Amino acid sequence: MAASSQTGMSITLEFSGGAELLFGKVKKHHISLDESTTAWTIKKLLIWVKDNLLKERPELFLQGETVRPGILVLVNDADWELLGELEYEIKENDNIVFISTLHGG
Amino acid sequence: MDAHTSSTCDMDELVELRRNLEEKSLEVDRLRQKLKLYEEHDKRHKAMLDCELINDNNLHTIPHLSVISKLENSSIARHSRQLILPEIGVKGQISIANTSVLIVGAGGLGCPSAIYLAAAGIGRLGIVDYDEVELSNLHRQVLHTEDRIGIEKSASVTTAIKGLNSSVVCIPYHMSLNSSNAIQVIQQYDIVLDCTDNVATRYLLNDACVLTGKPLVSGSALRFEGQVTVYNTQDGPCYRCLFPIPPPPETVTNCSDGGVLGVVPGIIGCIQALETLKIASGIGASYCQKLLVFDGIDGTFRTIKLRSKKKNCVVCSENPTITQLIDYEQFCGSKATDKSKTVKLLSNENRISVENYANIVKEKHYHVLVDVRTPCEMDICQLPNTINIPITEVGKNNDNMHKLKTAIDKLTDQVQTVPVYVVCRLGNDSQSAVQILQEMLSDLPVTIKDIRGGLVQWAKKIDPEFPQY
Ligand SMILES: [Zn+2]
Repeated sequence: MAASSQTGMSITLEFSGGAELLFGKVKKHHISLDESTTAWTIKKLLIWVKDNLLKERPELFLQGETVRPGILVLVNDADWELLGELEYEIKENDNIVFISTLHGG
Repeated sequence: MDAHTSSTCDMDELVELRRNLEEKSLEVDRLRQKLKLYEEHDKRHKAMLDCELINDNNLHTIPHLSVISKLENSSIARHSRQLILPEIGVKGQISIANTSVLIVGAGGLGCPSAIYLAAAGIGRLGIVDYDEVELSNLHRQVLHTEDRIGIEKSASVTTAIKGLNSSVVCIPYHMSLNSSNAIQVIQQYDIVLDCTDNVATRYLLNDACVLTGKPLVSGSALRFEGQVTVYNTQDGPCYRCLFPIPPPPETVTNCSDGGVLGVVPGIIGCIQALETLKIASGIGASYCQKLLVFDGIDGTFRTIKLRSKKKNCVVCSENPTITQLIDYEQFCGSKATDKSKTVKLLSNENRISVENYANIVKEKHYHVLVDVRTPCEMDICQLPNTINIPITEVGKNNDNMHKLKTAIDKLTDQVQTVPVYVVCRLGNDSQSAVQILQEMLSDLPVTIKDIRGGLVQWAKKIDPEFPQY
């Protein structure tokens, strides 16, 4: 484990606005992505998340290869739209947040 | 022999008659109680309402706001603590007094924002809500009061505002906004607050504000979390720039299903009021092109930089394809309310009524009862002898499912087929659970049905003492 986290890339994932309920109610996940020949884009990360973190009902989080409508994705507190969305290349220590928008009042 | 038979018959009839009479007299008591409640409500209602409610028929009659150019002495005294703030000053205060604000939704967000805007001396305040005050509102919708239960929410907020600052022109709209009236209502105001509780109205307000050029101060809250963004101002994005496609209805949770701690919308509504006052006084909004995310459990406020206006936004770009309001319930696939809806997944032979279930209990028929609500809800109330399997656990391999199978096993000695009844709060989850269980337990001698209308119907029809939430 120690070795893989040294060669891999450490990032933080956060889920809020109710999205955490699909991840065992855990809001913050420190994860390590294995070294890979192709770059870790968010597109690739979403597949990893689905296979490794998502606990239930994937359709409430994903739609096709991207997040479902109503979920905002932020990289280091900035809207992913400013960074290339699915194609953004993840860097060491990135903080990626998935926020489900709320509608209650 | 004949005499004997006829006398048994008479006995049966007598018992039946007695039971019938008893049931009917209980019914009469219930009706009397209900009537008394309605009469009291009606009396209070008449005493309360000295303001004219606006609806679709008298939309054009709303009072205008007379523009002021200097502050009265009473206003100077009242607002002195904010007047001496250089960012506000006399100029800012006059601007605030000349501003008309429309608050859509007189609930958990609308109440705090309305009262702080009124306190700050906003000129005119429109309050839109189609609903009446209920007991379950009071933990978060703090302008309503126990003696205003049953009153229109818009009227209730107006009453509260008049009590705090009688110089505010307050206009209660007892109606829901839709694509045929929203523009006409919004046009009369300078700033709009989205304090609503559903997706369809959020898109409606966005488009109406884009089309009329009004800033939209949007807030939302659920559980322990809240969010704020100001749309359509200072060249920032609109709601559709961020969310071009509405969320699938099954991913949207309302306050009655998800729960909310009252102070959380309180905090968010106050921030909406603050942003509104900054726009009104000329300071400008902070959460334009930004999203505030408040997490009350972690105690964190996080500000996120959002995308700018989308060049191809269907409503706010230079070449919009939406130039008038559309059908938002259709667009979102959901109703413009946050009322829990009832679904029908099962055919009638797979369901029983609460009356029938009450009879099964009374006559002590062998059966197994499964409640699929969360453990937290089980703590509030439950029927006797229930096996709890939360809906997310139904059909999975776990202790609860094991308990159910054991309970069924035990009864197979007593009856040929074991009736299993599934209950929840409203009778929606219980139906999905029946579908899963029927498939999963198909090799067992069981009949699985859901109790139609759930514990809400149980409380309504069988046991008025049973808690409702
Ligand atoms: Zn837009």
